[in-house]
Amino acid sequence: MSLLIGVPREVFPGEKRVATVPAVVEKLIKQGFRVAVEAGAGDTAQISDDAYRAAGAEIVDDRARLWAASDIVFKVRGPDSDEVGLLREGGTLVSFIWPAQNPELLKQLAARKATVLAMDSVPRISRAQKLDALSSMANIAGYRAVIEAAHEFGRFFTGSITAAGKVPPAKVFVIGAGVAGLAAIGAATGLGAIVRANDTRPEVGDQVKSMGGEFVPVEYEEVGSGVGGYAKVMSEGFQKAQREVFAKQAKDVDIIITTALIPGKPAPRLITEDMVKSMKQGSVIVDMAAEQGGNCECTVPGEVVVRHGVTIIGYKDLPSRLAQQASTLYATNLFRLMEDMIKTKSIDGDAINVDMADEVLRGTTVIDKGEVSWPPPAPKLSAAPAAAVAKPAAAAVKPKGHGHGASSGPMAGTKTAVVFGVGALLFLLVGRFAPASFLAHFTVFVLACFIGYMVVWNVKPALHTPLMSVTNAVSSIIAIGALVQIAPDLSRISADLSRPGEWIRWLSVGAIALATINMFGGFAVTQRMLAMFRK
Amino acid sequence: MTSSLSTVSYIGATILFILCLGGLSNQETSRRGNLYGMIGMTIAVVATVFGVQVTSAGLPYIIAAMAVGAGIGLYAARVVQMTQMPELVALMHSLVGLAAMLVGYANFIDPAVSVNLTPAEKGIHEIEMYLGVLIGAVTFSGSVIAFGKLSGKIGGKPLTLPARHWLNLAGLLLVIYYGYAFVNAHSVPEAMTPMIVMTVVALLFGVHMVMAIGGADMPVVVSMLNSYSGWAAAATGFMLSNDLLIVTGALVGSSGAILSYIMCAAMNRHFISVIAGGFGTDGGSPAPAAGGAQPAGEVNPILAPETAELLREARNVIIVPGYGMAVAQAQHTVYEITKVLRERGVNVRFGIHPVAGRMPGHMNVLLAEARVPYDIVFEMDELNDDFPTTDVAMVIGANDIVNPAAQDDPTSPIAGMPVLEVWKAKTSIVMKRSMASGYAGVDNPLFYKDNNRMLFGDAKKMLDEVLIVLKS
Repeated sequence: MSLLIGVPREVFPGEKRVATVPAVVEKLIKQGFRVAVEAGAGDTAQISDDAYRAAGAEIVDDRARLWAASDIVFKVRGPDSDEVGLLREGGTLVSFIWPAQNPELLKQLAARKATVLAMDSVPRISRAQKLDALSSMANIAGYRAVIEAAHEFGRFFTGSITAAGKVPPAKVFVIGAGVAGLAAIGAATGLGAIVRANDTRPEVGDQVKSMGGEFVPVEYEEVGSGVGGYAKVMSEGFQKAQREVFAKQAKDVDIIITTALIPGKPAPRLITEDMVKSMKQGSVIVDMAAEQGGNCECTVPGEVVVRHGVTIIGYKDLPSRLAQQASTLYATNLFRLMEDMIKTKSIDGDAINVDMADEVLRGTTVIDKGEVSWPPPAPKLSAAPAAAVAKPAAAAVKPKGHGHGASSGPMAGTKTAVVFGVGALLFLLVGRFAPASFLAHFTVFVLACFIGYMVVWNVKPALHTPLMSVTNAVSSIIAIGALVQIAPDLSRISADLSRPGEWIRWLSVGAIALATINMFGGFAVTQRMLAMFRK
Repeated sequence: MTSSLSTVSYIGATILFILCLGGLSNQETSRRGNLYGMIGMTIAVVATVFGVQVTSAGLPYIIAAMAVGAGIGLYAARVVQMTQMPELVALMHSLVGLAAMLVGYANFIDPAVSVNLTPAEKGIHEIEMYLGVLIGAVTFSGSVIAFGKLSGKIGGKPLTLPARHWLNLAGLLLVIYYGYAFVNAHSVPEAMTPMIVMTVVALLFGVHMVMAIGGADMPVVVSMLNSYSGWAAAATGFMLSNDLLIVTGALVGSSGAILSYIMCAAMNRHFISVIAGGFGTDGGSPAPAAGGAQPAGEVNPILAPETAELLREARNVIIVPGYGMAVAQAQHTVYEITKVLRERGVNVRFGIHPVAGRMPGHMNVLLAEARVPYDIVFEMDELNDDFPTTDVAMVIGANDIVNPAAQDDPTSPIAGMPVLEVWKAKTSIVMKRSMASGYAGVDNPLFYKDNNRMLFGDAKKMLDEVLIVLKS
């Protein structure tokens, strides 16, 4: 296998990231790829051509030649129309695409018979986390948002008492506790600020706390978790309650960081001009949703403006402002994607045939050999709670029906047939020879086996030991066998039958004693164990 | 009590037993399930004692026997340590097996039971009797050996006699031959010889079977013996034409069988190969050392204060307990540490491998005893994907269940066994007494990984030190 991965320089104005870094180049080569990087591609991310060369990449000066030679092209931003023209017919492209916003681009790429994997379309399931570039970028953006805010803010973040007087800690309010929001909370607490956060999804409260923030809920009965762990549009009543919470916070805090985004919709307007007016002079708002129109009414996308004494930062390129870090994480995401493709045989030798049965790759692939395959079918499993109205914490990890049989799947046809055949033969034999009295018991026996099977399949692994000790206690039902023999009614049996009554009695007494140990001991110890399980 | 009334009571008891097993499917209903079991058992015993099949002459004996049994049973249940649960359960299985044997013998020497039977019924009855004693005997001796192994009275190493499969086959043929002789015997004294020979063979078979199974496979053995004790009860039920015994025995038998299956699936092994015993020596594969590439490199030892430091700085911690935690009785300290960390806002969770410990669900019971809330205790499948986002994975006295060789090295004897991927965490800490390998006898490449630290020493002692540093 020697597929060539090409990494061109990003052409979008102001874009400083690059789609691979030397450390990842080494890993890719170890996986059997060859890597070519356009000269100067890493300059804006402070990565020199020499570093790439040292890692084993080939440096190509001619842009058109790089595009033409590459089997797979790694990019950060989606290609512009020039770049689409450079892409080899039938080639493979991996980058951000935003297919919903860019239908025209999708059409152009499809016309090139390309295979396109969109890093923004990776399904949000736990298996795909390692290649979730949106999360990596959001993480960086959240951090950078705090740094930008600190830059514009005229005071310390940490409160302290100095010889020159007392400095109060900065108060930061984060709206939206997604990946970006959580990263912002972490960064702001790290700098020593008091951090509060709000989210429409109540189940993220614990995550906020885990990052050191304080969760400010909106006291209104509605759960805001949409499909795939994203937020959804909320009702009018909720929005009103939410505005009240925000208005109260705006008066109190120094810095507001907004990250509220709803997929495929303009960003919700959460901070009104009145709220901005009510903020203290010198306060800062970082609007991370600026690209989608902004969460604040006063935001000017792409710029820093001062309105009513409040600095409002509307940068659209926060990850790119931390270019080296962003490039490293993004490159690793891409590498994980390649690993997945090799594992699923989507890359096999020199052939690229995306395995559309794989949920992750299916979701990521927006064009498969010129066929537009976007949007994908809805994801099967969401990280969000299934029915979390009552107990969000318990719902965060929903146990599967049972964890064991799931993987085995249905038996193969022939195997089933054989099993049924053997079963039928056995039953035939039993029916042919056994007397009626036996068959009645046999029926009961077979049915009981099935009931046991059905009942026990659903037992949680955590309860296996109590289950065993309780079944053990139940199996002391054998005492019944001894009880009926200890002193049976012999009147119906002829008297001349010599019967070793003493022997039978003492055998039975022994059996009863043994079984009773089990009976009492088993139930008692089960009770003791179960009493220990607590939430 | 009339015959119909006791039959109805039996039906009631049966339903209660089913509800009992069903109730144990989750923690909320489990205590009620146990209560159902107790009520069911009480109903069954009372209905029998006061039923038509027992005359008042037997009452004194019954009361005496049950008083003795109850006393011993309750005492044992009260004093047993949670770490000794596997032994206790195994010992109790042996009691059921022995009771089944005694009942079978009592039935066998009683000529009254077969007076009104047709020849076909008599034949079936004799087969039932023979099988009842056979299963009872295997359960008994097997459980005694399992008890010995679990309590450390007998070494954990599998005993592999040279021609052990042939020995087992010979035993089986012998049992079938004497079974034939038993059914054709005309009187009790004549049938006694086959019966006794069979019992001895069955006892030996039970001993041999469990002796051949290695320590790591003990969870399977315990649940298999559980299953056997159920089948023994069911066979006794057939012998006595008692539906309650049949149903209850079958319930227990099938539940034990399912548990065994689950355990085997968790180790990616076939039930047959576990039972055939002798880990890693089947099918002519070479000894482990010759097979997989021997991992090489330096291990990074660490001390308790540094461990505490790592834990304190972590945001996400997953603790993977193993048998070593049970041996060292460290579960309470583990919970103390968990509590301190959780108060600091660290997200601490427990990852339980299905075969961790020496019986199914062993670790869960120990953690429950230490008052760890069960909603932070997770199964392997539930959190295996979370290791990459975990800062510290702490392995306490576990080895094979965190061995990356199961995934990476196809020649490893444990290849294909699902394992907890602790090495994907930012840092993993393995607490161990020494560098000795686990029960599977496989070296663990995890120990040599760059992001792994080894905390050598007794788990309890080390964790106590960690706790002191954390609290200070």
